[in-house]
Amino acid sequence: MAESSNDIVAMKGIYKSFPGVHALEDVDFTLRKGEIHALVGENGAGKSTLIKVLTGVERPNKGTITVNQHTTNIRSPQHAQALGISTVYQEVNLCLNLTVAENIMIGREPMKFGSIDWGAMNARARQILQRLDLDLDVTQTLGTCSVAIQQMAAIARALEISSARILILDEPTSSLTIHETEQLFAVMRKLKKTEGMPIIFITHFLNQVYEIADRITVLRNGRLVGTYATAALPPLELITKMIGRTITEFDDMTKLKRESSQHIKGDALLQAEGLGLTGSISPFDLELHAGEVVGLAGLLGSGRTELAQLLFGIEKPDSGSMTIDGKPVKDYSPLSSIDRGVALCPEDRKDAGVVGELTVRENIILAMQASLGWFKHLSTQEQYKIAEKYIKLLNISTPSVDQAVKNLSGGNQQKVILARWLATNPQLLILDEPTRGIDVGTKAEIQKLVLSLAEEGKSCLFISSELDEVLRTSHRIVVLRDHEKVTEYSGEVGERKIMQAIAGSEQP
Amino acid sequence: MTQSKNTSFNWGKITESRLFFPLLALVLILLFDLIFIHGFYHIEIKQGHLYGNLIDVLRNAAPTMVLAMGMTLVIATGGVDLSVGAIMAIAASTACIMLNPNLVGIKLADVTREADPTYSFFPLWSVILIPLIIAGICGLWNGVLVAYGKIQPMVATLILMIAGRGIAQLVTNAIKIIIYNQTFLYLGNGWLFLLPFALFIAAFVFAITWLITRRTSLGMFIEAVGINARSSFYSGIDEKKIKLFVYVFCGICAGIAGMIAVSSIRTSDANQVGLYFELDAILAVIIGGTLLGNGGRFSLLASAIGALVIQATTTSSLAIGVPASALIAVKAVVVILVILLYSQQVRDFIQKITAQTVQEEEKS
Repeated sequence: MAESSNDIVAMKGIYKSFPGVHALEDVDFTLRKGEIHALVGENGAGKSTLIKVLTGVERPNKGTITVNQHTTNIRSPQHAQALGISTVYQEVNLCLNLTVAENIMIGREPMKFGSIDWGAMNARARQILQRLDLDLDVTQTLGTCSVAIQQMAAIARALEISSARILILDEPTSSLTIHETEQLFAVMRKLKKTEGMPIIFITHFLNQVYEIADRITVLRNGRLVGTYATAALPPLELITKMIGRTITEFDDMTKLKRESSQHIKGDALLQAEGLGLTGSISPFDLELHAGEVVGLAGLLGSGRTELAQLLFGIEKPDSGSMTIDGKPVKDYSPLSSIDRGVALCPEDRKDAGVVGELTVRENIILAMQASLGWFKHLSTQEQYKIAEKYIKLLNISTPSVDQAVKNLSGGNQQKVILARWLATNPQLLILDEPTRGIDVGTKAEIQKLVLSLAEEGKSCLFISSELDEVLRTSHRIVVLRDHEKVTEYSGEVGERKIMQAIAGSEQP
Repeated sequence: MTQSKNTSFNWGKITESRLFFPLLALVLILLFDLIFIHGFYHIEIKQGHLYGNLIDVLRNAAPTMVLAMGMTLVIATGGVDLSVGAIMAIAASTACIMLNPNLVGIKLADVTREADPTYSFFPLWSVILIPLIIAGICGLWNGVLVAYGKIQPMVATLILMIAGRGIAQLVTNAIKIIIYNQTFLYLGNGWLFLLPFALFIAAFVFAITWLITRRTSLGMFIEAVGINARSSFYSGIDEKKIKLFVYVFCGICAGIAGMIAVSSIRTSDANQVGLYFELDAILAVIIGGTLLGNGGRFSLLASAIGALVIQATTTSSLAIGVPASALIAVKAVVVILVILLYSQQVRDFIQKITAQTVQEEEKS
């Protein structure tokens, strides 16, 4: 890789280690003018660390960084911004109670006579959004906008803050719908075309990489695998490079699913009749059987999460009834649900899943201990035994059982949550977006786990935005639209048919 | 190279310990005393017990230590209890009036027996128990407001902080009551095995608190609720019950501290008992490294050392002649220093400096 004048950023021989971990070892990375460069790799491959080094959040132990032909020692995020490096992070850090304009201009509000010049501020915000081909009311509260618009606002802010010359998008599409993703891609293409803006794009969605990226850099275990032109790297080869082995799991899965479908029991484990909550989800009927995986398909905000929360007792229904194991449910609360053998892996891993500062061990035994109560205390010895069992079973990679869970990568955190619920030995496992923001290898592991749990006689409700994933794992698929259960498909059904049901354009 | 790695690694391990900064603060204060205060370490046996500044520190720290136990749990859930000083006054007033109702003009007994050192109108066990129950009810009030009323802890407990002293005044008819009962006075003034009895009470409360948080799963639940209430709820932890418990427990601790305090000053004055003690207790917990506002991981031992730091500061300041009225300013300085040590920025800075000196040593 010879240095050319087209290289906006050149990182050479970057090393970064944290106590006990080599996060980056001898990694090279170049970014050219006017390219969209995808950075891919499994969880813990070092993508985030590389970005943190480039944006001044972490300082490398070794290696040089050249920005615009000048070798630079990036000291701090402020310094990176001054160099024109702007980042939009995975978890969008915006103030949902402020307006769109305030969010974009926050910290740089134009002033007049010692107070904020609102007119100028809104005008400036509008101008920036127009650069992104977006025309919207900048005075509306950001919280009322869709996640996609929020994402755009974050990008607009990034562009505004540092008059960005380099844009980094860290998992921008993980909470966007297909349509919203298209919208974002249009913006990216526009920035690339009209301004020659180089963009680093980090994602787990490989199809998106092929849709938009010009070049791909693959990392694995903190090392560089290589940088390739997108056209020269077929998807299967890319996956092989990412995980360092070939995937056969997906083929096994179809077989596994077919085999496990023979074990489905006739009697309903869970039976909901007209269950609903006003303003959250319209009354629905649902039957789940032991040994069965039921997929829940629908757009983001179609009521999938609300349905799951109702079944688990996060919210109390105001109509209908539910029986589990033939017994009517009276008390709707997470604690009583655990006692009934129901478990929910929530969609929002960071806010509703992990307890960050607690250790992996404590996180795993948390729900089990909660159902035991205050005084039936699991001894430390038992806790270690349980934690170690699930770390092994789910292949959780952590330096130690006593590591704070917040130090683990996203995929491993998700596995810890899964372990927490498996430890309660549930009959019904509700998984809300269990594979979001997780790499291909772990995704396959989780999908396989779901099928093997079904084979053991557990019932699974599998919620995902990725239709192919739902199709791959589910024996039956329930489709939601606009907070309503619209239809249900059993057995093998085409992707197209479900898409139509989700979009509301199915033929009668 | 390997050696430098080793030393910096060990340094990191030591500073990571919860006890490091509270102990460091305590050692620094005691070092200051050693250099600047002549005879601070002088301990002798007088009237059958140990006597000296250090013993004073231990004795006077007892109420703050007891308060700090309850306060640690409250702060660990992400809350704070500003009302403990007022609850101390309520408990103290109740106990004193039960000892001798005549003193406030309530004619329940025929005889006054005012200065009788053995007299107590109610049986002594109830003089201890009833104020503790009342203190627990005060804590319940706070807990209900915070857990079920969803009121911010600072606001919710501010109510009782203000109202509590008024209640204590009502109980005693705003009269200062002198305590004569020798058994009750033993709480704050007695000696056992050469040491102040109050210290044994504090140790007992510490042990109980440790047992109910670390020998059950309660401690983990408290931490989980403080770190992430929503995740805890999803995991089946009853956040409200946990919060209710910690405020009730904190109230009972305040009741105990109130009785030690009033016993040691021998006079119940609803305006003075436990005044500013809530601040000392909160500071002790902060020095112990539990995060105010965020909650989460807590260490009872670190909080207890924090209480010692506060008291050592007070005693040392008085010993070098700081006027009692300016005492709170000296405490502020100590607290600022300790809190600066906890700040990540300052830690990074210190680490940088130590790393540099290690490098320089290697060169030479």
